[in-house]
Amino acid sequence: MTMKKRILYIAVIFLYAGYIAYQKINSSAAPLVVPPKLSQLPAIPNLTDVPSAPSPVVPAAPAPTPAPAPAPASTPVPKPKGLYADGQYTGSVTDAYYGNVQVQVTISGSKIAGVKFLDYPQDRSTSRAINSQAMPYLIQEALQTQSANVDVISGATFTSQAFVQSLASALTKAKNA
Amino acid sequence: MKQTKILMGMPITVEITGDAIPPEIFEKVFNYFQHVDETFSTYKEHSEISKINKGGLTQKKASKEMQEVFELSEQTKKETNGFFDIKNPSGQYDPSGLVKGWSIYNASKILEAEGYKDYFIEAGGDIQTSRSNATAAPWKVGIRNPFNIDEIVKVLAIKNEGVATSGTYIRGQHIYNPLEINSEVQEIVSLTVVGPNIYEADRFATAAFAMGRNGISFIENLKGFEGYMIDQQGIATMTSDFNKYIKNV
Repeated sequence: MTMKKRILYIAVIFLYAGYIAYQKINSSAAPLVVPPKLSQLPAIPNLTDVPSAPSPVVPAAPAPTPAPAPAPASTPVPKPKGLYADGQYTGSVTDAYYGNVQVQVTISGSKIAGVKFLDYPQDRSTSRAINSQAMPYLIQEALQTQSANVDVISGATFTSQAFVQSLASALTKAKNA
Repeated sequence: MKQTKILMGMPITVEITGDAIPPEIFEKVFNYFQHVDETFSTYKEHSEISKINKGGLTQKKASKEMQEVFELSEQTKKETNGFFDIKNPSGQYDPSGLVKGWSIYNASKILEAEGYKDYFIEAGGDIQTSRSNATAAPWKVGIRNPFNIDEIVKVLAIKNEGVATSGTYIRGQHIYNPLEINSEVQEIVSLTVVGPNIYEADRFATAAFAMGRNGISFIENLKGFEGYMIDQQGIATMTSDFNKYIKNV
């Protein structure tokens, strides 16, 4: 528990620093906002003990993070023709049995450029042993079409309304960004 | 030699490496699938499973293979913490999530009994492979792109394994999370599992798919299984040793 408290303490300090940096960058004209009480800061999802219910993936709001938030572009950048808008999208916090998992996807040039684990189970000692074997070794990649001849294909053969719907909802997120 | 037939409402393909394969061999395999369909199809009014669902037949008086499927289903339900359940939300038994892989595996035993060692059997995207193809290489198995059914996103080299894919893009959103009856699985579009045989790969692919994002961790922790999961954003997550199957082309 002491370890957990320390992590929480450090994280809160970082969060706070990030919050200040974010405020400075985004509203340099406005007077410095009176810092809210620590308890009023947004909750840190990756340190909660309670697995939160999966929620739909939403484009990342400019959440306070230790890293300085990217300054808004001053010159209009021509929007790429692709479906996905450039930017970083933070996935929902998902319960992975022994703790939470959260990933961040970076879209660049309308394509998925990278995926980062923002959080994976590391909080509870009981889960550490299990997850030190599992989570860090899961590998992620963006889909790439292969053009090879194959003997046989695994997958499904029919399209359906559900597929069309799920695809549409996924694309909407990046489109509306 | 290769033959395809539409049975159980899906294309079933049998390929046996070699030239002079007697047609009776293919016939035998297809007849078996026909029989499975007549026994286990919930769409067929007079199938044995329909009789059980209507209450006209008790499980105890059911055929030996029906009892076997019920036992295997019960076992799978335990092994997957309840995520696999042949009882659907309306209380009816639908063992199709298990019967497909089970019947492909049984069909492969028919070929083995006939002395064939190099073949694959595929039914609706689930595959049992054995040894090698016509070029004396492992079978090249593609993973279908769930966002474009004309494409493949991965090529695997598979010798003696089962490859099963669960997805939301086939016949509607047909996989339910039995622990939250009203929530259909949304976030994950496709989950491919490679396992020791198609029976094992299929049942765990079905169960892991119902777990949503957690499914790939479940597969990671299963010894002898590897998985490749695709989510709605087009990001694939694979288990730590899945790489050993990937064929670089």
